[in-house]
Amino acid sequence: MTINPDLQGRSYPAAEVYDVGREKIREFARAVKATHPAHFDVDAAKALGHGDLVAPPTFAIIVAQRADAQLIEDPDSGIDFSRVVHADQRFVHHRPIVAGDRLVAELHVDGVRAMGGGAMITTRSEIFALAGSDAAAPREAVATTTSSILVRGEGQ
Amino acid sequence: MTPTFSELTVGQDLGSRSIEVTRTDLVKYAGASGDFNPIHWNDAFATGVGLPGVIAHGMFTMGAAVQLVTDWAGDPAAVVDFQTRFSKPVPVSDTTGTPDAGAVIEVSGAIGALDADAGTARVDLTVVAGGQKVLMKAQAVVRLA
Repeated sequence: MTINPDLQGRSYPAAEVYDVGREKIREFARAVKATHPAHFDVDAAKALGHGDLVAPPTFAIIVAQRADAQLIEDPDSGIDFSRVVHADQRFVHHRPIVAGDRLVAELHVDGVRAMGGGAMITTRSEIFALAGSDAAAPREAVATTTSSILVRGEGQ
Repeated sequence: MTPTFSELTVGQDLGSRSIEVTRTDLVKYAGASGDFNPIHWNDAFATGVGLPGVIAHGMFTMGAAVQLVTDWAGDPAAVVDFQTRFSKPVPVSDTTGTPDAGAVIEVSGAIGALDADAGTARVDLTVVAGGQKVLMKAQAVVRLA
């Protein structure tokens, strides 16, 4: 399987809306062994000036990996998910993610580089919060996540 | 307590912690994150793709490691930028039914840089499992009052 070199520069528009729930924040926080009260106790989050429970710093990966799935599952991409290794990851937060946020992600393929028989693919998700109930509502920039995956070639 | 920017110095030690990891933790992380790649829960699949066995999600290690920073900062939202490279996998032994950990991740942090104009501190994390650095360039930028 060969990675399609034309992937570079491709974008996938915001698709489904991700509703950030309190129990999801608590579940994700427990899963990364976070104990800060602002993830669990609404009053503790509000005491820090937040509108609701605050998501842990890597929570946006849920939304980013859903966006990445559009690329990985695109039959035209040539990516075999079972050969994917996560190489690097970055989160830049423009404002905290809190419970009640309705998030959408735009995916951009920033780089495709051949490595042996495989490829290193760098994607960027621009994550926005919707101000209203429909996908056409005004959007506020929330986070930019950048991810590189190594798709191992045969024998790698 | 939130640290005060003016009292910080480059090289300052922010302490360390040990994170014990079990297969159950990986199943919990898979469910919480939606990442169900079988290399994180199925030994036969993991060895079939050339891994030593089930390995932790890189994002589990990254997410657990930053808790040292979050707790130090006093507010999880103070972490405005967090990045790493995944340099080595973290194999997690199957210790199901015993009180033992399947892997132990050692995390320590120090102030790597200070930006007075932005009011931010960069925390450099050292993350080791099985005697090897499993994250490289693990850096969290924290906005301080």
